[in-house]
Amino acid sequence: MKKLSEFKNKGKAKVINVKGDKALRILEMGITPGSVLEVIRAAPLGFPIEVKIRGYSLSLRESEAECIEIEQGV
Amino acid sequence: MQHISTIALVGNPNTGKSTLFNAITGLKQKIANYPGVTVEKKVGFTTIKGEKVRVVDLPGTYSLNPKQPDEKIAYEVLAGKYEHEPAPDLAIVMIDASNLDRNLYLATQVMDLGIPVVIALSMIDVAGERGIEINSKKISKRLGVPVVPIIAKNAGEAEKVIQYIAENEITAPGALAWNPGEDLERAVQFIIEKWIKKETDIPERAWKIEALRFLGNDHAINEIPDLEKQHALRNVVEEARNKLDESGKNYAAEEVLRRYDFIEKCTSSSVIASDDVSDNLSDKIDEYVTHKYFGPVIFSGILLLMFQAIFSWAEPFMNLIDLTFIEAGNWVAQNLPGGMLNDLMVEGVIAGLGGVVIFLPQIMFLFFFISILEGTGYMARAAFVMDGFMTRIGLHGRSVVPLMSGFACAIPGIMATRTIENWRDRLITIMVLPFMACSARLPVYALMIAAFIPDTSILGIITLQGITFFGLYIFGIVMAILSALVIKQFFSSKEQSPFIMELPAYKMPKWSSVANNVYDRGKVFVIEAGRIILAISVILWFLASFPNVDVPDSLTSGQTAEYPGAETISQAQLEASYKLEHSYAGQFGHLIEPAIEPLGFDWKIGIGLITSFAAREVMVGTLNTIYSVEDEGEEALSLQKKLQRDVNEATGEPVYSVWTALSLMVFFALAMQCMSTIAIVRRETNSWKWPAIMFTYMTGLAYLCSLIVYQAGTSL
Repeated sequence: MKKLSEFKNKGKAKVINVKGDKALRILEMGITPGSVLEVIRAAPLGFPIEVKIRGYSLSLRESEAECIEIEQGV
Repeated sequence: MQHISTIALVGNPNTGKSTLFNAITGLKQKIANYPGVTVEKKVGFTTIKGEKVRVVDLPGTYSLNPKQPDEKIAYEVLAGKYEHEPAPDLAIVMIDASNLDRNLYLATQVMDLGIPVVIALSMIDVAGERGIEINSKKISKRLGVPVVPIIAKNAGEAEKVIQYIAENEITAPGALAWNPGEDLERAVQFIIEKWIKKETDIPERAWKIEALRFLGNDHAINEIPDLEKQHALRNVVEEARNKLDESGKNYAAEEVLRRYDFIEKCTSSSVIASDDVSDNLSDKIDEYVTHKYFGPVIFSGILLLMFQAIFSWAEPFMNLIDLTFIEAGNWVAQNLPGGMLNDLMVEGVIAGLGGVVIFLPQIMFLFFFISILEGTGYMARAAFVMDGFMTRIGLHGRSVVPLMSGFACAIPGIMATRTIENWRDRLITIMVLPFMACSARLPVYALMIAAFIPDTSILGIITLQGITFFGLYIFGIVMAILSALVIKQFFSSKEQSPFIMELPAYKMPKWSSVANNVYDRGKVFVIEAGRIILAISVILWFLASFPNVDVPDSLTSGQTAEYPGAETISQAQLEASYKLEHSYAGQFGHLIEPAIEPLGFDWKIGIGLITSFAAREVMVGTLNTIYSVEDEGEEALSLQKKLQRDVNEATGEPVYSVWTALSLMVFFALAMQCMSTIAIVRRETNSWKWPAIMFTYMTGLAYLCSLIVYQAGTSL
């Protein structure tokens, strides 16, 4: 299990857990445990990253990506 | 049809909610701020079966569990606990069909409120193009609320929603239709019994969603001002959370998971998505537009084009406005009886009105471009690309466009900060934006540089004058960055709300929305900021015109030694100069002379500092009057010479040196010398507190820096 902020590759990953003080908003945006997200690209300087979830794209800063625990290789 | 007097329009950002609102209400809209906050309130009217119905366009939100002021207002209005707005009798939820799950999340929350709900399902055509087939009848059945599909491309589709409301009896859906499960329901009941029933007066229909809000969001508890009550509520909520915990449920996640489970059930049989559901065109565009290296380059290019266009397109209009108001002033001056009233009309009111209208071309052009960038979805990409750079200096990816607009003028720039959703980021951007070297500073810089900076060339093509000019621009940017870093420290990190930004699919902008937006911004500026600007104009006119002293004979009979180069000065010019010196503004200039002397300024500049509060470039005009510069055509040159030749009577030293000029330019780079900025900051922050802080800190900083420049410079 890894944090999304440590996930350096593009590609898909399964959401395991969402923790921390920003968890509620992240969950509400559809990044729920069990869902599959896809890292599309990183902005200049490494963050934010663009993530595809439930058919739409959103951008996450490092501090938000840290709240998301994932499992690779889905 | 049941009786409906107020309809609330709810939806995620980027769903085309404003387009629907405009279509329903036409131009019968009112825009203002909600009291005490900076959230804009849009109200319009429509007719249902001959009756006038009020439509409130609530701020776009992803959730009714609010984390930001605008979301909070959306929630409170819907729950019927917002004191400045009547509770709606019906809610229209705008749903983007191409992004169904996340949009339905908000819909399930609105359905918990105990008011009739109609879902307007937009962009089914866009969804279709992306390979998503949606059966709106099935969704409607599963959700238990009516769903009206709207084809975004076709005009008149919005009418279908209103038509549906007129023709059907719509009942409120039952609360918690999404099946929260036993444990969560028990927690909700517990909070209702132990707290909401006893301690709040919110309508019973909203009890459940209010309980859920406390359960999932500490922010909602912390907001309660009475600490004792807050403590009691926290105990209740903790107990409910513990019980959930015991049954293996996470209090924050449980509600969200259950809602999404319900949504998936609703959409699973009613949405057919082709295997590869992706917006290929958007993805391809984004490969370049948000690329590590190309991204910033493309963004710079777009900005450059945009500001070049604003400058060159707005200028003819501004000249025309300027000319019109001068002509109007002349006409009034000649055709109305002379005297004080005439002066007030011409120099106070008409000049003041001109000073308001002159901003319109730049504001409208800027918002024309911003609306297009927002409408296409590019603005979110620009923010994505720039965010890494901007967060390092305490700002936001969306701060870039407003800050760059500040180089033209701070007014449209500050208005453009409303594209930044987060209040804290928006406020910091507003507070540092006036450091950007706006075009009104140019005449002052040009005059001072031409008069006192030697035209020595360095490295062939670059001159000392050019370097000074460039240096002043860089100085403004550096001070903005430093100030942002400092102001950031005053906000606790708790106040940093999440930056989870949607990158919507690219689409063609809606031209009607662009036109509406441009019109709205112009109107808001003229009506709300214009009043303040006009009032200050009249006050400044008064200060510069009163007391209306008689000019002594000695002055008119050739006694002109005080004014070097006075041989060519006409009678009228001398009188104007004398009157200004003896006006309140003039007296004030003398009064503050001891305070500004350490900066290298004399009373003449002191007068200019006051009058230039109307607009920075007025400084040049004021110096013209004081030095009785005659010929308007050659004013720059002759004023320049007079400044160079001006001698302090007591010491015989020249009044101005290189260091005076540098000190004055530094002062103008930093000081809050612009009433229109004050007026627009008042409007955009909805309080006098922030403009007051802005004025104090900027002018204080200006004083300090000018002091250092002049004192260090002259002691060398």
